Amino acid sequence: MNDMVFATAFYILAGITILSAVGVVFLKNIVHSAFLLALAFFGVAGIYVLLNAEFLAAVQLLVYGGAIAVLIAFGVMLIQRRDMSSSNPDAAWSPLGLGMAVMAMVVFIAAIVLTQFPVTNVAPEFSVEGLARLLLTDYVVAFEAAAVLLLAAMVGAIILAKGAKEA
Amino acid sequence: MLKEYLAISMFFIVALLIPVAVIFISRLVAPKKTTPEKEEVYECGVDTVGDTWIRFKTSYFLYALVFVVFDVETVFLYPWAVQFQQLGTFAFVEMFIFIAILVVGFWYAWKEGALEWK
Repeated sequence: MNDMVFATAFYILAGITILSAVGVVFLKNIVHSAFLLALAFFGVAGIYVLLNAEFLAAVQLLVYGGAIAVLIAFGVMLIQRRDMSSSNPDAAWSPLGLGMAVMAMVVFIAAIVLTQFPVTNVAPEFSVEGLARLLLTDYVVAFEAAAVLLLAAMVGAIILAKGAKEA
Repeated sequence: MLKEYLAISMFFIVALLIPVAVIFISRLVAPKKTTPEKEEVYECGVDTVGDTWIRFKTSYFLYALVFVVFDVETVFLYPWAVQFQQLGTFAFVEMFIFIAILVVGFWYAWKEGALEWK
């Protein structure tokens, strides 16, 4: 019973993810593509939940469903053409894109097939709690370095967007 | 653990169904008499000038950038907030430093007028 609920949830989430990803590629209106991309991110977050990766799911929702989706929506707002469908023209590059996609798929499949996945019967003691303990005790320098990195990213982004002042 | 998510997924399904039902029912019961005036784009009662799809100011993008940085900060805040009471004072000070560093960035954005609307 439990397995069936799990499998149903997985197929629903996988279906949502794949269908919205297909929609991102094939829809004419780039705004619809942007929204479907956000939906695909949500589907992936759901799959993370099924894998018991709660923290990853939260990060997926916050960073991809929140930040990346907002950035893409803003990108669309700023660059769109007057006629929406001409913002998303038929790509003359699609054969090249197909080639790249096939090569990427080959690499991914090869990596998955060739990797030995070690399986243990012991549940990993890795959760949000464990992550917090590690992050705030053993890896505290990396943690604060992340703050500095974010600061640098923000300052750099503002300078890029506004232009640096003459010294 | 997954049982709790079952409740959340129920919540999601209801949240999806309600707007669909609202749109469907209102389409079912609403009168469908159209006049040219009704077909026009609504813009605060004034006739629309030009395209309805307009380009937006780049100021929006700066807001988005600042938002993204603080959104990523939330990712770090989340594990700390879960374990806040067990981790004690040291973690509290660490998080304080973390936020202080990011507030410097916020101050910079403010100083540079990234949050101003011109």
